[in-house]
Amino acid sequence: MIGITGSPGAGKSTLVDGLVECFRKREKTVGVLAVDPTSPFTGGAILGDRIRMQRHAEDPGVFVRSLATRGALGGLAKAVGDSIHVMDVMGMDMVIVETVGTGQQEVDIINHSHTVVVVLIPGMGDEIQAIKAGIMEIADVFVINKADREGSSKLRRELMAMLDMAPPTAFPGGWRPPIVRVENAFEPEGFGKSLEELTATIEEHYQHLVKNDLLGSRVRRKAVVELNEAVRTCVLEPVLSRLIASGEMAGMVEKLLKKESDPYTLAEEIAGRFLKNCD
Amino acid sequence: MADKKLRIMVAKPGLDGHDRGARVLARCFRDAGFEVIYTGCHQTPEQIAAAAIQEDVDIVGLSCLSGAHRYLFPAVVTLLKDKGADDITVIGGGIIPDQDFKLMFDAGLKAIFTPGATLDSIVEWINTNVQPRA
Amino acid sequence: MYFATEVLTQSSELRKKWEDAVRKVIAKNADQKPEALWSTVSDLPIRRLYGPEDIKDMDFVRDIGYPGQFPFVRGNQVTGYRGKYWTFRMFSGMGDAKTTNERWHLLLKEGQTGLSTAFDFPTLMGYDTDSPKARGECGKCGVAIDTLEDFLQLVEGIPMDKVTTSMTINPPATALWAMYCAAAEIRGIPLNKIGGTIQNDMLKEFIAQKTLMCPPEPSVKLISDTVEFGTKHVPRWNTISISGYHIREAGATAVQELAFTLRDGMEYVEDVIRRKGLEVDAFAPRLSFFFNSHSDFFEEIAKLRAARRIWAKAMRDRYKAKDERSWWMRFHTQTAGCSLTAQQPYNNVVRTATQALAAVLGGTQSLHTNSLDEVLCLPSDHAVQIALRTQQIIAEETGAANTIDPLAGSYFVEALTNEMEEKAWEYIHKIDEMGGMVAAIEKGFPQLEIADSAYKYQRQIDAGEKIMVGINKYQTAEETPIPFLEIDDSVEKDQIERLTAVRRKRDNKTVKRCLDDLKGACKKGENVMPYCIEAVKNLASVQEICDVYREVFGEYRDPGLY
Repeated sequence: MIGITGSPGAGKSTLVDGLVECFRKREKTVGVLAVDPTSPFTGGAILGDRIRMQRHAEDPGVFVRSLATRGALGGLAKAVGDSIHVMDVMGMDMVIVETVGTGQQEVDIINHSHTVVVVLIPGMGDEIQAIKAGIMEIADVFVINKADREGSSKLRRELMAMLDMAPPTAFPGGWRPPIVRVENAFEPEGFGKSLEELTATIEEHYQHLVKNDLLGSRVRRKAVVELNEAVRTCVLEPVLSRLIASGEMAGMVEKLLKKESDPYTLAEEIAGRFLKNCD
Repeated sequence: MADKKLRIMVAKPGLDGHDRGARVLARCFRDAGFEVIYTGCHQTPEQIAAAAIQEDVDIVGLSCLSGAHRYLFPAVVTLLKDKGADDITVIGGGIIPDQDFKLMFDAGLKAIFTPGATLDSIVEWINTNVQPRA
Repeated sequence: MYFATEVLTQSSELRKKWEDAVRKVIAKNADQKPEALWSTVSDLPIRRLYGPEDIKDMDFVRDIGYPGQFPFVRGNQVTGYRGKYWTFRMFSGMGDAKTTNERWHLLLKEGQTGLSTAFDFPTLMGYDTDSPKARGECGKCGVAIDTLEDFLQLVEGIPMDKVTTSMTINPPATALWAMYCAAAEIRGIPLNKIGGTIQNDMLKEFIAQKTLMCPPEPSVKLISDTVEFGTKHVPRWNTISISGYHIREAGATAVQELAFTLRDGMEYVEDVIRRKGLEVDAFAPRLSFFFNSHSDFFEEIAKLRAARRIWAKAMRDRYKAKDERSWWMRFHTQTAGCSLTAQQPYNNVVRTATQALAAVLGGTQSLHTNSLDEVLCLPSDHAVQIALRTQQIIAEETGAANTIDPLAGSYFVEALTNEMEEKAWEYIHKIDEMGGMVAAIEKGFPQLEIADSAYKYQRQIDAGEKIMVGINKYQTAEETPIPFLEIDDSVEKDQIERLTAVRRKRDNKTVKRCLDDLKGACKKGENVMPYCIEAVKNLASVQEICDVYREVFGEYRDPGLY
């Protein structure tokens, strides 16, 4: 499983579309999960990533499913997990998960992957800072997309500097994340070549995990995330929905506004009531 | 768990690229709280049917302004039926003359909206006639 | 200074008096709707009254002047419409080449003075009728052309050396123009005698209409090829019709239409200079434009006047053109298809008439008037005749053609013209900063600006803040049936048979050689036009030529921004 993440407009969907083509050439079946944010105002979402991948729609070896984040407690990770199981059952050789790297939920999803690809584009200001903390650390491969743009070498230098600063322990088994430059998709020849290189790098990383017996640690990481998510779903959500339904939530917010209490005191009170068997 | 949301696919079959209506509707459906999958322009009926099934949508909205709806709209419905997905509601819109309404409804489309239909009337029709499937 | 200080002082006193009077009246009887809703169809706020103070910074010589003089806001032609009316040019095409040819002869007989070709979607997208992608589309919204045989049928009996023909064709423009050139040669008419226009404006396709084939960069390259070929061999041909029409139809405001269209024009100028090394004055006089005329009467007139002034300034000052014909903006106008309603369709005649009048008062050189039934289907003979008569009534009866630029000097029209120009330059400079139009398109900038406007307008209609008669006000329950032109589904079958017959009888070895030569030219960056002409003469089809482009330059897929 491959996780692709990066800021909005980094060209992730086009990249995924290109990867799908490369894997299909290698006669591998591919499942794609494209995650887009839900509007916090209306609860709706436009899931537009499929547009870039529609040419594969009729290929039975490709399955694309779009998912909305549905807000912080929408059970996104569970939905992703379910979809991945569906794709497993369908016998998909590869699963690619695409998501914007801006929220905690996205970090959690990406944590499911064996290989994490972080996509950056030059000329967007402080690109590295814009990526959610916690993602840079788990990147296995960096992509500089639209690399013909101005600022591409600067971005590369910044990435190198960042990697140079990391302690050796940051690179399990000695895998230092390579930086792959991908040409503008409007130049089909260059784009195609870059994509081949990226595919090879991803395959190499997987081989590295296998050879160094690191797949287990990825599986472990995935298990931790799944458990975190499950606990959140089973513990936190019922508590929150009960507080909302009983009107207590509104009362507590009032207290906060009147400065009669602070969030931590209130949270401890709640924990005291609901988590009786703790300690 | 969040409520089950209505999933709608907005699709433009055929070669016509006039996507103003399709894009305005995609936004409108998002604002109505639906999850919208937009296919972009220039889709074949086969691509649309395959995508609708993969995305497990509740409803497909087709937009065509070129006059080719007579072939394209029924083709999408038939393909969905062939793949056992006849529980997906299909509606259409665009430059569709009155004379063709019967052909469209006979083919299995559930509603047709032509220029002048308000956004609210389309959302209302969907909310009344389509439920998110379990 | 447009007015003497004394006039402005007097005006300011009188204005105060008038404003007091207004306040008194509206205190008792409020206006029919709030201040903000008195705005143009593009949502530009309009004041209750305009006076000298609204144009006090104008300079007569610099900003207005005379026809045929810089900045050309009053028109290029020194004689106005007295020498020649605008060209009555009705866009038409349907079914097969024979049917369209019959419609053309009818229109010429009825007093039309130029031809304009609507192609069907497979032709527009560079597919042959027998392509699986073309199913159901053949002849539906234009004429189906696959090979030169169809084309010769299309221009049968048309005096190609006398009547100018416009072809609305974009990605496959080289192929269709090559057919026109080849047809002329076969008829014994030299290329320097034929005149007309190919739309050939890909930037607005990426921005608005989505008739797409190759990525922006090679698309612009093919366009520059046609400009170069026209400059050298077909001097009476307009090789690009830089189009705002489709940008507007996609939901842009008047200002966005103006700004994006003119910035597209600048992009082409820059590309031809850079890539072909031509002097700006060698080709700029053959660039033409194409605008929409929407329902807001004065906004449209101001837009067209501003367009001429912006272009003149850009050509003279930005590109240092010396030939004054390079400074001229020549344009065709079409009334707004998106303003028509399927409800109470006869109202469309009235809409089209006022929109056409605005285009004439804005000084258009060529005009298409929509038919009342175009919101439902291709126009019937009768509906087309009314639309053409609308133009003839404006020309012959209304007196609008008597005098040049009759609205010049109007406080309101001049102020609005200035406002249009200022707002357009703001957009143009913004796009400059992004690195030009191709860069802006790749970022999705114009696409998203338009999508925002379209969505806002639709919401305003739904809220009743903007009115469309018959849609959200003055609705009627009963339907008005109108006669309806239907393109029979059998057209597709017959066209495929014709194409199959051509493929069988032509020399397929020669066709392959021609296409290989074209491919070589594309790879080497040579001008493709001579190769296209050779290929179509040997009956290569539109798709076969376009497939070469797709193979060499890659296929562009719409990013579907929303």
